[in-house]
Amino acid sequence: MSATTTRAGVQCFHCGEECTHTQIKLEDKVFCCEGCRVVYSVLSQEGLTDYYALNETPGINQRAGVRKDKFAFLDDPKLAESLISFKGESQVHVNFYMPQMHCSSCLYLLENLHRLDEGVISSKVNFTRKEATVVFHPGRTRLRKIAELLARIGYEPYISLHDLKEKRPAIDRRMVYRLGIAGFCFGNIMLMSFPEYLGLDASDLTLRGMFRSLNLLLSLPVFLYSAYPFYESSWKSLRHRFLNIDAPIALAVIITFVRSAWEVLSGTGAGYFDSMTGIVFFMLAGRILQDKTYRQLSFDRDYTSYFPVAVTVLKADLAQPTALPEIKYGDTLLIHNEELIPADGILTKGQAYIDYSFVTGESAPVRKEAGEMVYAGGKQTGGNIEILVMKEVAQSYLTALWGREELKNDAPKGVSFVHLLSRYFTYIVFVLAALTAWYWYAHDPARIWTSVTAIFIIACPCALLLSNTFTNGSILRILGRNQFYLRSAQTIESVAHIDHIVFDKTGTLTSTQQQELSYFGKPLTELQQQQVGSLASCSVHPLSKLLAREFETAGRWQVAHFAELPGEGISGSVKGAAVRLGNSQFVNHSPDTKEGTVVYVSIDGEMTGYFKVNNHYRQDVPDLVNELRKRYRLSVLTGDNESEKQRLQQLLGDRAQLLFFQKPNDKLDYIKRLQEKGERVMMIGDGLNDAGALKQADVGVAISEDNNNFTPASDAIIAAGKLSLLTRFIGLCKANYRIVVASFVISIIYNIIGLYFAVQGNLAPVVAAILMPSSSLGIVLVTFGSSYWMAKKMKL
Amino acid sequence: MSVIVVLLIASISVASVFLVAFLWSVKEGQFEDDSSPAARILFEDKPVTNASTTQKI
Repeated sequence: MSATTTRAGVQCFHCGEECTHTQIKLEDKVFCCEGCRVVYSVLSQEGLTDYYALNETPGINQRAGVRKDKFAFLDDPKLAESLISFKGESQVHVNFYMPQMHCSSCLYLLENLHRLDEGVISSKVNFTRKEATVVFHPGRTRLRKIAELLARIGYEPYISLHDLKEKRPAIDRRMVYRLGIAGFCFGNIMLMSFPEYLGLDASDLTLRGMFRSLNLLLSLPVFLYSAYPFYESSWKSLRHRFLNIDAPIALAVIITFVRSAWEVLSGTGAGYFDSMTGIVFFMLAGRILQDKTYRQLSFDRDYTSYFPVAVTVLKADLAQPTALPEIKYGDTLLIHNEELIPADGILTKGQAYIDYSFVTGESAPVRKEAGEMVYAGGKQTGGNIEILVMKEVAQSYLTALWGREELKNDAPKGVSFVHLLSRYFTYIVFVLAALTAWYWYAHDPARIWTSVTAIFIIACPCALLLSNTFTNGSILRILGRNQFYLRSAQTIESVAHIDHIVFDKTGTLTSTQQQELSYFGKPLTELQQQQVGSLASCSVHPLSKLLAREFETAGRWQVAHFAELPGEGISGSVKGAAVRLGNSQFVNHSPDTKEGTVVYVSIDGEMTGYFKVNNHYRQDVPDLVNELRKRYRLSVLTGDNESEKQRLQQLLGDRAQLLFFQKPNDKLDYIKRLQEKGERVMMIGDGLNDAGALKQADVGVAISEDNNNFTPASDAIIAAGKLSLLTRFIGLCKANYRIVVASFVISIIYNIIGLYFAVQGNLAPVVAAILMPSSSLGIVLVTFGSSYWMAKKMKL
Repeated sequence: MSVIVVLLIASISVASVFLVAFLWSVKEGQFEDDSSPAARILFEDKPVTNASTTQKI
């Protein structure tokens, strides 16, 4: 390559991106843009260069930049108030969510914020949640200043309308407390039961009495505190006239405790405290295992998580940041580049290039002229625009979806088979208890009490609960390891039962990250390809990036006079030729006539042709669809036109339903119609426009290009790259049922052995003490072993 | 006999200390973020707070 090319492979010292057009330097360091250089100079002044020592090029690219008044709304005390978690005389605590956080350097810099701002007292990062808690002195700095500082060093905090609506609930740690206390009591009670089992000298009555009363004392916290969730849940279910699995368990715990306490107080026996506390301990462990949550993911996002907190309202030519809920019909909004349109309205000034990717998954911007209607959820790319609000935020086209009745009920979808199974089990136990009581009434009435209580102690369906929670827990973990994250254990069953799969097209079957370019016009010479690629690499616009990638191998040249007209195009001079890339108006001064997303090219004033952006079907979609269509009915819903109908029909087979021009409401209604026909539907989608359908479906699966992406509310989140494993994921969810039932059968065998002793009225505490933990441990081993064995068999 | 009583008291109080330690660590959120402490230990200086630096002046 000749000397005029840039030194290929020179990376920005701050962010690691390739430096292309001009050389921006400080000391001996090279930067890709002015923004990155500024960050470096700030950090080196404050002696924070360890930032660069911990990781190579840890910075976040600063080319895009942040608008000056973006955080002006934080000066509004009412708005600021709602974001602050604690406010005192000399201390204010605030939580910022910064999705850019990615390495230990980020952690280092963010925890050293006090060196960049005097007023910051301390900051603490939670890396898993990508959050930082900043404590500052309200007299020395302001919330806005901190947000702006963070934005300036590349960690622009993400503040959404959702933060305004409600405070984040505190993490519920009570289950873990209960588990800890149950474990403590269980262990000590076991220890203190040994003397009794091993035959304590009967003459030493005081010592025996002491052990027994200590056991009684230690079991109290378990009985009153640790087991509380079971009482609560069974009470709730009984009030709804539904017998769930917790009801017989709560009954068994209460009967065991009462009988044991009675034995100890009357001096007739040692009781079954160890069995009772042990079972509570194991059941709590299972519950916690099953309820594992993915802290970095959220399954509850509605539109408020996508929308900003405030927007600029023009009142008598004064720009005023206003909270979204306060925007009214008739207000004029000023929307800047890269800002979201929060409410439906009419474009009054400026030219809009609206990126509806949040809404539809389609990333190519749509062009709108003054006087046209623009809808909430779109993001402006380009210059400033003004919008006259026609509908308030909550009543807008997109957001009104959340007001629909169907989406308001948060009732769980379906009831687990475990509750139904436990019901039969409970009936059988009651019959057995009645028969035993009747038998002993005839033969030896004194033994009624002991034998009947023993039955309830032995035959509680805790084994079923254990096998269910432990199996669910391990299946959830296996799926999570494969980046298929389920909202709850109940979702496993719902996934196993589906018979119809509905796909969204854009962003689900096609990838928004990988798009294809096809070129029409006079063929480009190698030199021209290099010129186009070099110019495109100077811009961060998605289309430019796409072009730059297309001509990555062609080699790069120095670009002079680079200029970017937002929403229009880019121009510059490369190796003596004036190159222009952009829309038709920008490139050859004539109105656009082509459909879809098109980039025109002109070199030295001559239009050579245009690039057309095509959707790229994910690579593994054909194989996946081939497997799925053997077992499930398939449908595709898309907001697009019918231009790809043939290709899709070929891909999905003749029986698949294809529906075009589907609005968010249509998608929801389609799912509802299928459900009315008795089908169980899995909906797979990605955008906010699928949100209604995702929620209505029996299983809504949101697809995510990377884990930090925002996904609409759903029952499950799948990483885009793992979509091909969907058939296996469904298979594993089906195996879940078989494993639970199998381990339950094993535990019933245990129960029968125990019952054999119980009905005779001579269940020795030592027998119970051996049976209980061994059966629990057996279940744990069987469920873990078989889940992982099934997963291995399915190559997950 | 009395030895056993002493031992019982000792063992239960030791166990209680661990229980309290466990509950405290859960309450402090030590099990919630398992990646930042691992990175934090690599930094040369512990982050000092402005409150303490201003006191020094």
